[in-house]
Amino acid sequence: MRTFYGVELNNRLLLGTAQYPSPAILAEAVRAAGVEVVTVSLRRESAEQRDGQAFWRLIRELGVRVLPNTAGCHTVKEAVTTAQMAREVFDTPWIKLEVIGEDDSLQPDLFGLVEGAAILTAEGFQVFPYTTEDLVAAGRLLDAGCEVLMPWGAPIGSGLGLNNLYGLRSLRAHFPDVPLVVDAGIGLPSHAAAAMELGYDAVLLNTAVAKAGDPAAMAAAFAQAVAAGRKAFAADPMEPRDMAAPSTPVLGKAFLG
Amino acid sequence: MRIVLNGKAREVREARLDALLEELGYAGAKVATAVNGDFIARNLRERTRLNDGDRVEVIAPMQGG
Repeated sequence: MRTFYGVELNNRLLLGTAQYPSPAILAEAVRAAGVEVVTVSLRRESAEQRDGQAFWRLIRELGVRVLPNTAGCHTVKEAVTTAQMAREVFDTPWIKLEVIGEDDSLQPDLFGLVEGAAILTAEGFQVFPYTTEDLVAAGRLLDAGCEVLMPWGAPIGSGLGLNNLYGLRSLRAHFPDVPLVVDAGIGLPSHAAAAMELGYDAVLLNTAVAKAGDPAAMAAAFAQAVAAGRKAFAADPMEPRDMAAPSTPVLGKAFLG
Repeated sequence: MRIVLNGKAREVREARLDALLEELGYAGAKVATAVNGDFIARNLRERTRLNDGDRVEVIAPMQGG
């Protein structure tokens, strides 16, 4: 059984908390999908407005586990400091490590990611690296102490789905014992189901739910798709073939010609 | 003393980080702090003395993906 640093999840949909029309709609989406883990972040707090305090109360009320991220960090130093602050604020060793290397694609800087993962692992963090499907980087991240990998499906917020099926399939095949999460780029429940059918352990998404016309209904749809994809993978799907094969038995067919 | 708080220059009285947070109105808030880019853990705030021109970051939970 592949777990997330020892944590087993019944619901393999992980949901981001940003960009919802309102905090109430975010709460509705989390409940509708029955998610157990949400991603959160950190920003400057104004002593007057205290927006962060209100958000934290909402998350506590939802009773979910949090996975803090280092979103927006472009250097190892920034990401490590953000992780350290997140551990204190959220009281968890979990960190979704993002080191952004390129602004148009928000592609991870894999070199910085490996460096940051090694530093944080040595400090006792449990690192969930936001990576690509690159096999060499995956190996280096595991060497650095990561026990979970989170390759992108497509660029963050693009909704393009699984851009590199071959890459995701080979990552799964190369690291059969490592928990793998498709993180980012998912636009539709069918994309999430496809990721699970490849044998991925979970799917993490945000925009596809937050920007839907009805986020709660979309969150529920994603939860069903993830569960269906997981069940299908476990049921050992048939191999595709190029030629037709009749599904109705031919034997005993009446001669009517 | 003049510091840079969350990117904005600001005149403050207190030079100890824990006292500064009180002065600024963060008492009781769930926040983490960094000074000049380095994380300062909660239990080190009272031992951390600020100097003129220091950059202080006070951050809190926020929505994220």
